[in-house]
Amino acid sequence: MNNTNNVRYQWRRTKNQIILATIAVLAIIPAIPLFVILFQLFQKGISSLSIDFFLNLPAPPGEPGGGIKNAIVGTFIIVGLASLMGVPISIMAGIYLSEYGKESKFAHLVRMCADIFQGVPSIVIGIIAYAWVVKPLGKFSALAGSVALAIMMIPVVVRTTEEVLRLVPNILREASLALGVPYWRTVLKVVLPTGMVGVTTGVLIAVARIAGETAPLLFTAFGNPFMTYNPLEPMNALPLLIFNYSMSPYEDWWQQAWGASIVLITIVLLLNIASRILARRVAGEK
Amino acid sequence: MSIENPIFRTEDLCAYYGDFMAIKHVTMSIPEKKVTAFMGPSGCGKTTILRCLNRLHELTPGAWYSGKIFLRDQDILEMDPILVRRKVGMVFQKPNPFPTMTIYDNVLAGYKLLGIRLKKEEADRICEEALRKAALWDEVKDILHRRGTFLSGGQQQRLCIARALAVNPEVLLMDEPTSALDPKATLQIENLIVDLKNTVTIIIVTHNMPQAGRVSDYSAFFYLGELVEFGPTAEMFTNPKDPRTEEYLTGKFS
Repeated sequence: MNNTNNVRYQWRRTKNQIILATIAVLAIIPAIPLFVILFQLFQKGISSLSIDFFLNLPAPPGEPGGGIKNAIVGTFIIVGLASLMGVPISIMAGIYLSEYGKESKFAHLVRMCADIFQGVPSIVIGIIAYAWVVKPLGKFSALAGSVALAIMMIPVVVRTTEEVLRLVPNILREASLALGVPYWRTVLKVVLPTGMVGVTTGVLIAVARIAGETAPLLFTAFGNPFMTYNPLEPMNALPLLIFNYSMSPYEDWWQQAWGASIVLITIVLLLNIASRILARRVAGEK
Repeated sequence: MSIENPIFRTEDLCAYYGDFMAIKHVTMSIPEKKVTAFMGPSGCGKTTILRCLNRLHELTPGAWYSGKIFLRDQDILEMDPILVRRKVGMVFQKPNPFPTMTIYDNVLAGYKLLGIRLKKEEADRICEEALRKAALWDEVKDILHRRGTFLSGGQQQRLCIARALAVNPEVLLMDEPTSALDPKATLQIENLIVDLKNTVTIIIVTHNMPQAGRVSDYSAFFYLGELVEFGPTAEMFTNPKDPRTEEYLTGKFS
């Protein structure tokens, strides 16, 4: 009797270990592609990285050297402009949903639109920006690219802002109101600062997301082999450069596309890491 | 029983959450510069009526009132709620200092959040005075620029009292201010309440009858939204007029 119990116990233990091992393996599998991609990127692209690569403009085909300075600067300008347009609107909409609209029909409608918008393919958003900006202005421009990216980031930031502000404890709102502070001041001076770290995290995640977008830029910012700081001109961006170079027939451009990919993925990873550190700070404060 | 020159007087006050009537036809007078305790079992409406007195009740979706509440001669239900809340401060059940602010800024929150600019000396004076009144000055005078949330629970609650006192309210409402605190911190707050009644009228909601006995001059007993009995605490505790009050005080229900 005792013996059979022991056997059963051993079998249960073994089963437990088998399942644990299976789960561990399954958990590692999704992480493998990330590391393979990173490994391959660095293996192929590291050789193109040099100071000149960052500081020089693209060289004409056939000429050696050349860098991606215009694309790096362009990415920062396009993404910066997009954030300038998208973030204030999104934060205000998020404040509206969390503090004013709450359970109203209109708020539900706004929420639903934001959620649907998150699922709209980015190429479609590119077409919208083409119709709204490129057509009326009569030419491709960085501004049009920024509009497309702003449209992409708005739903993300609206929803995260709302979620984060909802987490601000109600007793803080009441503490402020009980001091005779009007509601709008309470929202601006108590609720928003308390949720600020979370809101910033949401913005960083959204920026990281749009920084790597290619499709919305294809027929908006278009790309430009020259240096420009004018947002009304076509402008280069890292994803566009990678796309154009990898489609080109020149081997040294393929090489540079790998290098540019490293730069782009590093920017995106850094933004993600920064948002994680901030998010951890939020969790730590609770 | 009649109160001479009451600071608060309610007339046929009813408070509702949607269709539910939480306060039923309460007419009462609250004496000035005294401590009045609101007692009663859970769900009796004591917190609701407290939140009527500074118009926080209406923040709950679907909440509304009927009747009148006079603060001296003014019906506060006709006033701008912001002005009411400047005169009637509140301390909550859980300490709620603003987590983004320092101790100093928390005390002055009533000014800073309203965008009122104070001269440095003026601000320092108000801050020290409020912290001294809240019996917290000696503990925090060297760490005024640390976050308020860094303090212990009892200190945070006294910080919240200082924050409410800094704007010189006429009345201080306290909603079970010690229910989240340990016995030592509770004792400190109780002593503070007794000290404060010379400067400000205090209305305290409490679950704890010995506490009501220790700190209050007058007591109101609520049951199912009705004001059952109101009178001097000593009288009510020794000789309750209503059988329901007696049953509550002797622990027959809670």
